[in-house]
Amino acid sequence: MSIADAAPIEVQPGAVDRSPTPRRRRHAGRFILPTYSWLVIAYLVFPIAMMILYSFNKVVGGMQLVSFTWLGFTTQWYHQWSSVPGLTSAFWLSIRLAVVSTVLATIIGTLLAVALVRYHPPRFRGKTAIEQVLFLNIAAPEIVMGSSLLGLFVMLNINRGFLTLVLAHVMFCIAYVTVTVRARMSGFDRALEEAAYDLGARPLVTFTRVTLPLIMPGVLAGALMAFALSIDDFVTSYFVGGSSIPFPVWVYGATRVGIPPQVFVFGTGIFAVGIFFAVLSIFVAKKKV
Amino acid sequence: MPDWGLEEHWQSDCNRLPSMSGRSETRSESRFGHARGSKANSSESADVRFEHITKRFGDAYAVADLNLEVHAGEFFSLLGPSGCGKTTSLRMLGGFEEPTEGRVLIGGEDVTDLPPYRRDVNTVFQTYALFPHLDVYQNVAFGLRRQGVDKSEIKRRVGEMLEMVDLPGFDRRQPAQLSGGQQQRVALARALVNQPKLLLLDEPMSALDAKLRRQMQVELKRIQSQVGITFIYVTHDQEEAMTMSDRLAVMWHGKIEGMGTPKDVYDNPTSEFVATFLGASNLLGGKIVRSEDNRTTVLTDSGVEITVPSERVPDLSMTSVKVGVRPEKIDLVPEGSERAPGHNILRGRVRVSTFTGVGNQYIVETESGVEVTVYAQNIGTQFAPRSGDNVVLTWPEEHTFTVRPLVGNIEINELEGD
Ligand SMILES: Nc1ncnc2c1ncn2[C@@H]1O[C@H](COP(=O)(O)OP(=O)(O)O)[C@@H](O)[C@H]1O
Ligand SMILES: [Mg+2]
Repeated sequence: MSIADAAPIEVQPGAVDRSPTPRRRRHAGRFILPTYSWLVIAYLVFPIAMMILYSFNKVVGGMQLVSFTWLGFTTQWYHQWSSVPGLTSAFWLSIRLAVVSTVLATIIGTLLAVALVRYHPPRFRGKTAIEQVLFLNIAAPEIVMGSSLLGLFVMLNINRGFLTLVLAHVMFCIAYVTVTVRARMSGFDRALEEAAYDLGARPLVTFTRVTLPLIMPGVLAGALMAFALSIDDFVTSYFVGGSSIPFPVWVYGATRVGIPPQVFVFGTGIFAVGIFFAVLSIFVAKKKV
Repeated sequence: MPDWGLEEHWQSDCNRLPSMSGRSETRSESRFGHARGSKANSSESADVRFEHITKRFGDAYAVADLNLEVHAGEFFSLLGPSGCGKTTSLRMLGGFEEPTEGRVLIGGEDVTDLPPYRRDVNTVFQTYALFPHLDVYQNVAFGLRRQGVDKSEIKRRVGEMLEMVDLPGFDRRQPAQLSGGQQQRVALARALVNQPKLLLLDEPMSALDAKLRRQMQVELKRIQSQVGITFIYVTHDQEEAMTMSDRLAVMWHGKIEGMGTPKDVYDNPTSEFVATFLGASNLLGGKIVRSEDNRTTVLTDSGVEITVPSERVPDLSMTSVKVGVRPEKIDLVPEGSERAPGHNILRGRVRVSTFTGVGNQYIVETESGVEVTVYAQNIGTQFAPRSGDNVVLTWPEEHTFTVRPLVGNIEINELEGD
């Protein structure tokens, strides 16, 4: 940033010399917020940076566990990313779980959002109640949901495993998808759907040809959020997973003994993918509709 | 595709505009033009009937017991101030709104319960409602695709239609890349390409600037007489409605206050609202005192007798009425002039005289204190009084009309929903 940027006043001859003080003060003021922002970002990024850094650290001894002393650079753990069997299967379980939960939660949540935007009482009885349940779903502590789900599954005698994990994950993702899609739909011009009907499109065709393409950015954002929520969920998964152990639960279990460096490799990988999608979503959101 | 020479027509019509002060000329011309167009295509268009249509939103009436008949091939306007129920009426025709009571018939068929996608009707929406994720071609082709028309046929018809609305080569543009006028023409093409029996237009010009609006009015009128489809056109612009329509209905508070050809409704308004909304009127309150030989005499509140042809009194049993005359129908003559046979006269003093180029507008204060507006064309030959001069106002009896006064019309006040 230069002085010219900071003070976009028409430069008159001599003016630069005569009023240096206010100009400098304004200039300094312009740095306060950016500096603050960068500090916050550093605070947020620091642990991730440490994880990435130590995923390249050598280890000593036969246990092959992470230590936080720098022992030298290696890409060994990236080559041997799948050499810890429990970790790898937990990772793939998490991926499968996240994909299935995202797809289901996105479909259910999107349709719910459409219903909430479209219909009002008296035609849509209990709309307010539904909205409150959605809010509760987001606001309620996960520990409450997790433990109550566990109680429910035990009571109903349902074997805990992939199915219960999917049920639980879909449940806590729906609300986020609905909220995201709903926000996207709030500016939706109803006349566009009417125009489609007017041109002979039945309701289903109208939905797939007009409504869905137009709310797609919201749907994708919701799906992304659902995926992110599912893949890093610990609390609920810990309660309802039974013998199916997703990645976060596995890592938690492993810390009691020590973390294999592959955990950092997976962590770094997930982070990289997350960054990729975040950047992608920025571009999708920028695309004007 | 015939060469419509749109550009030239826009030009010539626009050039004619400044001299258009006498509206009746343009009006009768357009009516004549239409008559030819509709006859040739009458089999493709449908007539429309509203039978006792009422639409309530909650307790508020948007449309109240509306009866309406639009003939096939006609350019019909629904005219009225904002909130009078025009859009609601149109939406009931398109199928977007269900009447609370009554029936809607299109081409003799009861469509009251049919959804929009089963009606042979297309709409040009006020906001155009072009699909933002589709380009111009895909927008126009949307309806044909839904009908399963085959690809080459779609291509041909869309191409023809884009040419008709003067947008050839715009196929791959996105709606966001078009100007307001272009968007409006795409919306028109998208509707007309389906060859509906009836086209509905909801204030399609309201987003355009005055000059473009004028061009589009002319173009729309031409397209209508070309395709011969029944047009129902909603507007709050009285001049637009009068220049374009074969017939029009003036709406107010969900009711029709007057209906007919623009000339009929203008020259012979049947309600005070029509008399003031459609053009300007001088209205004097009074009572009917006698009616004989097809001539009815009204004694105004200020004690002057005004004579009206009896057929211009909507209801002879009315006691209190308002008697009216249009400002351009009045002649100013010098003080002391006698009443000519078959004429009404008032005496007064000129308060304001405004030169407007094409004419002079006078505000004359009559003996009883009522102000009367007089409009005189600038043809340079007539008596031209100044402010403060005493004058006599005179006009032929057949240019006088009577209307039911608004005050005391409880029915209308009850309908105020908003
Ligand atoms: N969906 C609706 N819900 C409630 N009131 C409505 C609705 N649509 C229109 N109205 C009311 O009906 C009346 C007529 O509206 P509208 O037909 O849009 O008038 P116009 O098109 O002549 O301006 C207005 O008072 C308006 O507020
Ligand atoms: Mg309207």
